[in-house]
Amino acid sequence: MISARTHSLILSRPFRYSQLLGQDTDVVNELAISVRGLRKTYTSKANGSKDAVAGIDLEVKSGEIFAILGPNGAGKTTTVEILEGYRDRDGGEVKVLGQDPAKLGNDSWAWRNRIGIVLQSTNDSQDLSVSETVSHFANYYSNPRDPDSVIHDVGLDEKKHARIHTLSGGQRRRLDVALGIIGNPEILFLDEPTTGFDPEARRAFWELIRNLRDEGRTILLTTHYLDEAEALADRVAVIVDGKIIEVSTPENLGGRNTAKARISWLENGAKQEIESDFPAAEVAKLSRKFGGEVPELTVIRPSLEDIYLKMIGQL
Amino acid sequence: MRPNIIKVGFLRGGLEIKQFMRQRESVVFTLLFPVMLLFIFGSVFKGDLAPGVTFSQYFVAGMIASGLVNTGFQQLAIMIPLERDFGTLKRLRGTPISPISYFIGKAVLVFVAMIVQVGALMGFGAALFGLDLPNTTTRWLRFIWLILLGSICSTILGIAFSAIPKNGRGASAVVSPIVIILQFFSGVFFVFSTLPQWMQQFAALFPLKWLTQGMRSVFLPESFATQEVAKSWEIPQIAIVLLLWTVLGTILALKTFKWSEK
Repeated sequence: MISARTHSLILSRPFRYSQLLGQDTDVVNELAISVRGLRKTYTSKANGSKDAVAGIDLEVKSGEIFAILGPNGAGKTTTVEILEGYRDRDGGEVKVLGQDPAKLGNDSWAWRNRIGIVLQSTNDSQDLSVSETVSHFANYYSNPRDPDSVIHDVGLDEKKHARIHTLSGGQRRRLDVALGIIGNPEILFLDEPTTGFDPEARRAFWELIRNLRDEGRTILLTTHYLDEAEALADRVAVIVDGKIIEVSTPENLGGRNTAKARISWLENGAKQEIESDFPAAEVAKLSRKFGGEVPELTVIRPSLEDIYLKMIGQL
Repeated sequence: MRPNIIKVGFLRGGLEIKQFMRQRESVVFTLLFPVMLLFIFGSVFKGDLAPGVTFSQYFVAGMIASGLVNTGFQQLAIMIPLERDFGTLKRLRGTPISPISYFIGKAVLVFVAMIVQVGALMGFGAALFGLDLPNTTTRWLRFIWLILLGSICSTILGIAFSAIPKNGRGASAVVSPIVIILQFFSGVFFVFSTLPQWMQQFAALFPLKWLTQGMRSVFLPESFATQEVAKSWEIPQIAIVLLLWTVLGTILALKTFKWSEK
């Protein structure tokens, strides 16, 4: 699985002279995105100034799905929009594909030619068909993918000639992804891609994203759904109040893999509780003590949700 | 290799026309409203301004000139803030498209809509109100460059102005009064030479007055030039004013054009 992915990654990465010249150091280091000490402050009359992003460090490797997970208002969209070049920042260093999105200058098109963006919500081009829109956007890029195969990949074959205003929310989002990948991007940004989806549509959508990763693209997605981060991401950064409180694989998030199990039982009419790294041994000990069954015995490992809620301060 | 900016602009123009044609309300409003106005004014003012010159003949010149302002400046200054609200522009900003291509797309839309509008106006005027169409090659050529330059000028000023309305909902309230006042001041609804002098001088600062005058030079007899305030059609001056506003508008549009509200 891993070797197959590495293989496709090498094959699909476009050749660039900058690599030969050794200018694109981040590519050499296999970093698609690097962020140091990123800060963004919003000032409003009502609330004074507020740090939407309060010193973030991030490193996204080429070819991985990286999720930024956090509650609403944590600073996810602000962070991603700074990386996409939509917003200015108040501090820190940002490199996306080796370039600072705030200092693109005259060749900004060349940088945008290599990235794909799926924004949070869109409502445009209502009167055009799926195929017209996707084919038209292909004209903007120097090395676009075939519009028909992109429409096929996002599962909109049947809606090819449908006007956009007739699409469901999920179909609309698939079109957004089609427009995000039509330019054959090296990095794809997805901002809360499945908000408002039904469970079946979400699973199908996740499969689509995994396929894009398997083609060798780097994917940065934001989400406030824990299960989405768990299902999709190779690595997850948890962001709360503009700060990243942890970066890890979904399996290790919040130290879940090493978290102690909690064992509770009833003894002398009161609930007893201990935490242990070796719950089976503890249960065996209790069983000997009680000579068989232990009253009201429970053994609990914290769920990912417990850990996440604890991390974001909701538990 | 970067896709050609001008080619992408024309492709965008094609897409804009397609979208425009599919919105029935906008088609009806843009194309039929001038025809309705001509019908109303043509029915109310039946007399001749001079021997052989009907009021309709005078009025058509004004209608075509103000059609340029409505279809270009007014429509875009309202449509672009709406596109900002809908996220159209934000999405474009995330692609390699140049703002110039976007501008060209709008100009193509305005020019094509103008051709259709002018066709409808002239056909309707000729059929119902005995409108005389331009009768010399010189006049036709002048007519064509006036529509072409007028479309470009009006488009670029609409794009530049689109930075002012905060959002799409309020845009119409900001833009429409300006256009209506300019129409009254520029001799669209009244004979320009009968307006107070301060109004004439104010109107002379803006392109609509010159476009209207240029259209009169296309539709009215040569002898009518003496009825103008300057006793002449002032064709070179018309070209200069339109070009100056186009250059100014381009500089402003490139400086102030906003893809999103922030």
